[in-house]
Amino acid sequence: MQQDLEVDGVTKRFGAHVAVDKLSFAVAHGSFFSILGPSGCGKTTLLRMIAGFIAPDAGDVRIGGKSMRDVLPNRRPVNMVFQHLALFPMMSVGENVGYGLARRGVAAATIRERVATMLKRVGLPGAEGKRIDQLSGGQKQRVAIARSLVLEPTLLLLDEPLGALDLKLREHMKIELKQLQADFGTTFVYITHDQSEALVLSDHVAVMSNGRFEQVGTPQELYYAPRTPFVAGFVGANNRLEGSATRIDGDMVELRSKHGLTVRAKRTGAINAGDTVAAFVRPEIVSLARDAGELADGMQVLRGRVHSLLFDGANSAVLVDERSTNAQFHIALPQTGRFADLRAGEDIAFGFDPERAVCFGTSADAR
Amino acid sequence: MRAEAAGHASRLALVLLLAPALVWLLGLIVLPHVDLAILSLRTRVAPRVYEWSFDKYRTFIDEPLYWHTFVRTALMSILATACTLLIAFPAAWYIAKIARGRARSTLFILCLIPFWVSETVRTLGWMILLRESGVVPALLVRFGFAATPPELLYHDATILVGLVYTSVLFMVVPLTNALESLDDSLIEAAYDLGGNAWSILRQIVLPHAAPGIAAGSIVVFMLTLGNYLTPTLLGGKNSLWFTEQIYTQFITRFNWEQGAAFGFLLLVLSTAIVWLGLTLTGQRFGDVMRRS
Repeated sequence: MQQDLEVDGVTKRFGAHVAVDKLSFAVAHGSFFSILGPSGCGKTTLLRMIAGFIAPDAGDVRIGGKSMRDVLPNRRPVNMVFQHLALFPMMSVGENVGYGLARRGVAAATIRERVATMLKRVGLPGAEGKRIDQLSGGQKQRVAIARSLVLEPTLLLLDEPLGALDLKLREHMKIELKQLQADFGTTFVYITHDQSEALVLSDHVAVMSNGRFEQVGTPQELYYAPRTPFVAGFVGANNRLEGSATRIDGDMVELRSKHGLTVRAKRTGAINAGDTVAAFVRPEIVSLARDAGELADGMQVLRGRVHSLLFDGANSAVLVDERSTNAQFHIALPQTGRFADLRAGEDIAFGFDPERAVCFGTSADAR
Repeated sequence: MRAEAAGHASRLALVLLLAPALVWLLGLIVLPHVDLAILSLRTRVAPRVYEWSFDKYRTFIDEPLYWHTFVRTALMSILATACTLLIAFPAAWYIAKIARGRARSTLFILCLIPFWVSETVRTLGWMILLRESGVVPALLVRFGFAATPPELLYHDATILVGLVYTSVLFMVVPLTNALESLDDSLIEAAYDLGGNAWSILRQIVLPHAAPGIAAGSIVVFMLTLGNYLTPTLLGGKNSLWFTEQIYTQFITRFNWEQGAAFGFLLLVLSTAIVWLGLTLTGQRFGDVMRRS
């Protein structure tokens, strides 16, 4: 498969701070690739190096197989959708979308035609004459994407374009973005700090931290098989338990926390007895039961008291304090409504399948 | 009743707050102008006997020196405004977009510092630098650019230099404000979409900065047109500045009627040129004053 973007050993330093650290990856033609990371992880720097606004200190960026070294942003087959969209307020919608074509010296009649076609494809037929401030947030988004895609770039870069929208619109635009990408078949490189955006939209996600990729994989791989504690903690909600490995039994690790809580979890990477480890238990793999006997065989069974209820419709959860150590667990409520009558202060049993919990050694690198 | 009383009180407060401004407007601008208007429309037929007439305005048209000076003042002022804009724009760009933190405030203060010295002293400073026995001609001779010290004063270019120097701050401030409000990502987006420096300046930066440019230009143009000291001191007898004509009529000739007519013509001229400039660039005065 053809690689539209190849990043090869790219490094960028700002003074003593290494923003992007010897990063290499490739993005296949036609795919939706997200870079997910907390603010300050270097993702914006990386994106700006691909766009050409910043030159890397070392390494090379190849787009469509061609090295982009010394190629200025206005000469790269790459366009960018900016965080606040950066539509030109002094121009009409049509002039915004036609701007890039006009700069390429395309004839006015052709520009009009292509702008009209493009606006139709993004669902804004006949909007050429509108002013930018007459558009809603979602329409602006579509104009910004149309303005870039009309140039038929090899690669479209998106810098958290949904960040400024309110929640409802953001959910809506997520779906719209995914459909637009599927329709156009252009390779999208999307950066965000919002894991839900990355998981919903992408074919592949790279989780970035401190200038490096922690893990690159499909959203499912990141969620179900995180390879580092950072990914386990950053992607999706997770209960984190820290302690030392007391016993290794094949793939299973027995972890004993400082306060004496003992749990078992599946090993990821090399762990020896006595290592400091962290185990991660997803809220939805934990089952609740008023009677411990109801929990399935082979489950790690714990008891606790309900600390508080977090009602959020389908995402409702409960915080339970483990009885002997007071360790707090974030547990998803089953959507059957079985525990709808649960109250704070109630004693309850809970358990999870240790095979579905993951454990990492944390002594080697204290991340 | 109480609400009504409160209404009266707040109206009274408003009137009191506005009073100094109203007194200033009425006493120093409206009244003298009304008086000047009446003066300019009178002509003396015998000692202490006056008649209404347009004679003073007719003199202006009949006497080529007057309207030549008039046109010359307008053209020089437009030229000075354009030069100021050309010099101030890169400076404002640097302050608004490139300088950060302390450097920015330092640069602003550097623009302001000349104004701590009175205009007369500043202009005399130029004379010390440029006169035949001054610093610059001496340096020109010293480094072999001229055989004898040239007289750099009393040229049109010298007047322009002085006017631009006096005006730069009044252009830099509105321009910096206008450019600061321009989102950098607009420039990056235009660049990303294939724009180059020139097209971005023309299509993105200038349209955005237009109200600031207009506000700065109006202020500079008005200041220049009404300047008396700089053209007189730096241009000497050759300056032929219209304000000088007005001064001469009032003070030297004691012809207040003629001076008043000239004053009104200057007011009309400046208003007409500002209106023309705004119309040509497709802007409205209210917008310019609000946005800058």
